[in-house]
Amino acid sequence: MIEIKDVTKTYSPGTDVAFQALKGVSFTIKDGEFVAIMGPSGSGKSTLMHIMGALDTPSSGLYILDGKDVSTLSDDELAEIRKDKIGFVFQSFNLLPRTTVLRNVMLPLVYAGIDERSREDRAKKALTAAGMNETHFGHRSNELSGGQIQRVAIARALVNDPTLILADEPTGNLDTRTGEIVLGTFQKLNEEQGRTVVLITHEQDVAEHATRIIHIRDGAIQSDSTSHTKRKARTDI
Amino acid sequence: MRTVDLFEETYTALTANKVRTGLTMLGIIIGIASVIAMTAIGAGAQNSVQASIQSIGSNLVLVMPGAQKGPGYQVSAGRGSARTLTREDATALASGVSTAQEVAPDLSGRYQITAKGTNTNTTVDGVTAAYPDVRNVQIDTGSFISDANDKDIAKVAVLGPTAMQDLFGTDADPTQVIGQNIRIKGYEFTVIGVTKAKGGSGFGSQDDMVFIPLSTAERYFAGADYVTTISIQAVNAQSMTQLQNDVTDLLLQRHNISDPTQADFTVLNQADIVATASSVTNTFTLLLAAVAGISLVVGGIGIMNMMLTTVTERTREIGLRKAIGAKKRDINLQFLVEAIVLTFIGGAVGVGIGWLIAFGLSSLGILQAQVSMSSVLLAFGVSAAIGIVFGYYPARRASELNPIEALRYE
Repeated sequence: MIEIKDVTKTYSPGTDVAFQALKGVSFTIKDGEFVAIMGPSGSGKSTLMHIMGALDTPSSGLYILDGKDVSTLSDDELAEIRKDKIGFVFQSFNLLPRTTVLRNVMLPLVYAGIDERSREDRAKKALTAAGMNETHFGHRSNELSGGQIQRVAIARALVNDPTLILADEPTGNLDTRTGEIVLGTFQKLNEEQGRTVVLITHEQDVAEHATRIIHIRDGAIQSDSTSHTKRKARTDI
Repeated sequence: MRTVDLFEETYTALTANKVRTGLTMLGIIIGIASVIAMTAIGAGAQNSVQASIQSIGSNLVLVMPGAQKGPGYQVSAGRGSARTLTREDATALASGVSTAQEVAPDLSGRYQITAKGTNTNTTVDGVTAAYPDVRNVQIDTGSFISDANDKDIAKVAVLGPTAMQDLFGTDADPTQVIGQNIRIKGYEFTVIGVTKAKGGSGFGSQDDMVFIPLSTAERYFAGADYVTTISIQAVNAQSMTQLQNDVTDLLLQRHNISDPTQADFTVLNQADIVATASSVTNTFTLLLAAVAGISLVVGGIGIMNMMLTTVTERTREIGLRKAIGAKKRDINLQFLVEAIVLTFIGGAVGVGIGWLIAFGLSSLGILQAQVSMSSVLLAFGVSAAIGIVFGYYPARRASELNPIEALRYE
């Protein structure tokens, strides 16, 4: 369960150029939800993602993740939270270059101090869940296609069994077809494994793959609606 | 993060750009190798200087004549030619100083020597039978000057190997040379022996010499009863200072000089010579090591430069690592270990190369360079320290990166 309560974020507070990116945002995300956070650039959705991803703390307000208040933690405590509870998928993939698929997925477990054997087992399981074929496990990340790279990144987000998978414009660098495949992967994880997925995007048709869409504009929530016409990712193309 | 993983990360990072890693390491390799080689050369030089000083004999006190310092003006012909030491002084020292094991007076001069159409100009040393023991001279063929030779004022000569070669050709056989005649300043002498080569060059070659009886030298060449050096061997190394004092006292008394500063002779202690030479070579070694140390620091800066470049290059990777749960400490350690491993491997290779240089110099016969264990340990310690010092700043910079900004970094 994720609870955001009156969260504000001000950059460079106390200076002349102080900028309030979030002006009191509140919402709750239940376990197993697939939420899209939508908004144009400059709307504050990235700031919200950073706070939800425990990369940053809010200037005021509460952020409760899994019953734990994350809003006032230190850098190292935030790192702990990210390690245990958050899985990131980035627009620019951010896989380690010249490193095999398997090792890339195992990286979060390295920091979690898990031993080598179960690391590999868990990485393989996550890769299978993300729809990767076993023949690619030994490939280096620069030998894969864009869609495959993003699925490896999803597997990496999955591997530490997080409370929340946070995807920041995951289809932004992909063409429509591979983007559909990636979105289909998120839907599958959400429906079959009950994963909580938060998708940040500025594209309406991407957002429509989620069950709930939160619109943000100028640092405040504009609308929060459950999508009744959830768009099924086309896996056939 | 576990240690095994840390080293695996380091390995991956260092092998990712092998050329750069190699070049960066080169700085440390050159630094460490030169420290090792330079200190080895220094130690070798010190040993060789000491050995050549020891080759003139061991536990020696040398008495040289000095100009008489009396009232009024005198014509001085220089210290070397002063005639203030006599054979009687030597005899008195032998009987009057208990710490003296043996006393060997000698009278040396440079004269023209001829033999069967060849000629040379070398040191002719009038010596007594005690000389070989005191001055560490060994006879190769024939015999040395005996007491009987000295008593008889015999015109016999013992040749040093270099002098022999100069007179009888480089391939002359010492056994064939015995019994031949040579002419020193026109006087005919019979060769009765050839000494062994001593090598060393410190204070003039000990091999380019001709020995004749002291009495003969006095009679034919000096025309007077004086000596140029009295070499006294101490009973042991501990009694050297005592011996030096005893000798000084006795000679002052014999020469009727009450003020030691007015002494007409100089007493040299071999230990002093060794100490002086050692301090010279020590300074020399220090200079070499300092130069090598500078290259080590330059190498360290090279490491820092590379690590800073790496941190900048891998900013996004650092951001990702932080996003998936790496703590400051993890990132810090990763880059620090990378720098330390880099210097450590560089240090190990440097020690190897430094040792090879020392070994090469030794086996080529240029110098008996000696690699000391302490210099190896020092080099290792220094290279590890350089890794820590010069890796600290880049590692800290990496660990302090803000994950959000690092992920956005282009």
